[in-house]
Amino acid sequence: MHIVVCVKQVPDTTNVRINPETNTLMREGVESIINPFDEFALEEALKLKDAHGARVTVISMGPPQAEVVLREAMARGADDVVLLTDRAFAGADTLATSYAISQAIKKVNARPDLVLFGKQAIDGDTAQVGPGVSEFLDCALVTYVKSIKVEGDTYTVETQMDEGVDVIEGKMPAVMTVVKEASTPRFATLSGWMQAKKVEIPRWGAKEVKAEAAMCGLEGSPTKVVKIFAPPVKTGGVRMDGREEPSAAVDAIVKLLQDKGVA
Amino acid sequence: MADAPIFIDPAKCRGCKKCITACPFDALYMEGKLAVVKPDECRACNACIKACPFKAITSTAKAETKKANLGDFKGIWVFAEQHHGKVQEVAYELLATGRRLAKDRGCELAAVVLGHNVKDSASHLIAAGADKVYVVDQPELAEYEANVYTDALNQLIAKYKPEVILAGATAVGRAFFAKVAVRARTGLTADCTALSIDKESHLLHQTRPAFGGNIMATIMTPNHRPQMATVRPKVFKMTPPDAKRKGETLLEALKLVTGDTRIIKAERNASNVNIAEAEIIVAGGRGLKKAENLEQLKRLADLLGGVVGVSRACVDAGWISASHQVGQTGKTVCPKIYLAFGISGAIQHLEGMRGADTIIAINNDPHAAIFNVADLGIVGDLFEILPMLIEAVEAKNNGAK
Repeated sequence: MHIVVCVKQVPDTTNVRINPETNTLMREGVESIINPFDEFALEEALKLKDAHGARVTVISMGPPQAEVVLREAMARGADDVVLLTDRAFAGADTLATSYAISQAIKKVNARPDLVLFGKQAIDGDTAQVGPGVSEFLDCALVTYVKSIKVEGDTYTVETQMDEGVDVIEGKMPAVMTVVKEASTPRFATLSGWMQAKKVEIPRWGAKEVKAEAAMCGLEGSPTKVVKIFAPPVKTGGVRMDGREEPSAAVDAIVKLLQDKGVA
Repeated sequence: MADAPIFIDPAKCRGCKKCITACPFDALYMEGKLAVVKPDECRACNACIKACPFKAITSTAKAETKKANLGDFKGIWVFAEQHHGKVQEVAYELLATGRRLAKDRGCELAAVVLGHNVKDSASHLIAAGADKVYVVDQPELAEYEANVYTDALNQLIAKYKPEVILAGATAVGRAFFAKVAVRARTGLTADCTALSIDKESHLLHQTRPAFGGNIMATIMTPNHRPQMATVRPKVFKMTPPDAKRKGETLLEALKLVTGDTRIIKAERNASNVNIAEAEIIVAGGRGLKKAENLEQLKRLADLLGGVVGVSRACVDAGWISASHQVGQTGKTVCPKIYLAFGISGAIQHLEGMRGADTIIAINNDPHAAIFNVADLGIVGDLFEILPMLIEAVEAKNNGAK
């Protein structure tokens, strides 16, 4: 079995702010982390490797410094990693990103058994690249996966839908996106880190993955950002001290609930 | 090295820095007395080109190859997601917004229903604002399967060429629309919080939060059709149905691909509440101290006809399943009322609930961040206030009977 896991390095969004004077993103000093949902995808892949034996390849698309997340993945147990990096990819929206990643996957293996993504990245929150890749790879798509079982060429997965859990069956290959309800990601081992530190990480650009220029980066992106701005700030909130007289606080809550047509 | 999407003519640049102020992406900086662009950061929004008083900046992007047939695409569509014949509320919310957009664009509004035994839904969709309803009613569509649904909608897009398509950002809508957009080779904007038709370009302006809600971005799809967007449930308001509205129902018979996967079991039980659809959420955080105290929240939620939400801490502690989690790694909710007990308000949590109409927060820490977004913030002991509140609501309910 060959499993490809796609991970993204993201800014720790808790620290991204907009400069109110210039209306620009302030990225200085923002720490980069492995997208939390991708950690669950990697963990599912490593669990399948533990249970059945599998080759786990991890791909990341991003700037050269995204290498860090690939070393982390390797230290946890990935067999090989690839960094997809090229200025030609800059400014890619979800269509151009899905295309570039699918080209890289095809170079890794024309037909991997499973391709796993986190359900979404916390910087863009679109949840579109996994499904997009399934389209370019022309294979099955299963989203919001919380557990994966494999027997022969058949998979059985539980998916977290809005109204409950579905159990879904299908034949590999498939692209899956994994949710937080899956297992807790493992830590890297010390020996894993020792190995991962030394590995030379292959860097592929548009040419290496045979990506057409017209489908990459800005040119290959149908969506255009027209403007960005700070979200409106909530004002006019009422503050009460309910420590001395909790009953007054309760009355205020009940009154507000009533005003809003509740209770 | 790829060229930057813009070129700054050093002979014309006077170092006035107006372009740096204008750039929303921090992609320009000063090198000595000249403005310089960072090719990786520049998103070709062209804000600097307009801002430059000396016409020193030009776009290097090749003239966009305009698709000659853009004008062939007409009308606004809403994907009316249904489960076992019941149309999801978000579809009605989108039809209300779709009505407004169709008026501004001067075009028709249509709903699309994919499913089996779903013909009855057409009249509801017309009452909710649709001029036309496309119905594909076939056994293959009884349950959602990504590839089959994508096939069906893409066949309809190819045949009728809508200019805009909207869907709810539900578990189904988000995943399947991403496939549809890629197959149609067009753009898709997820989780929009505002939609409008631009008066000049007649394009759909799609506004959405990014970077964990720290910034808002307005996006458009100028040269590809259809223009596609998803919207989270409860972001837009429904309008009351008008049973007198007239509309046309078109039944489409399609030859569809075979599905890649099949559902062998669907577990639906009361504990699987969809907090994203809830109107009232009674939420708790670390301040609850132990799992047993969630019972009191449940009690209040039941009394108010709401559901229980929690911050990440409660899920990580194993008190409750992750389907109740509100926030960045949980769900985004937009209820009418959000009651937060013992939630400090980490930004990841705030991102998931700041869309609530009314936020009531109770916390013993006067400096808790949750108070910054609360309409009513109460500094106090939740163990004192919560039981009293339950009692008060109970008394009200009994009094009403």
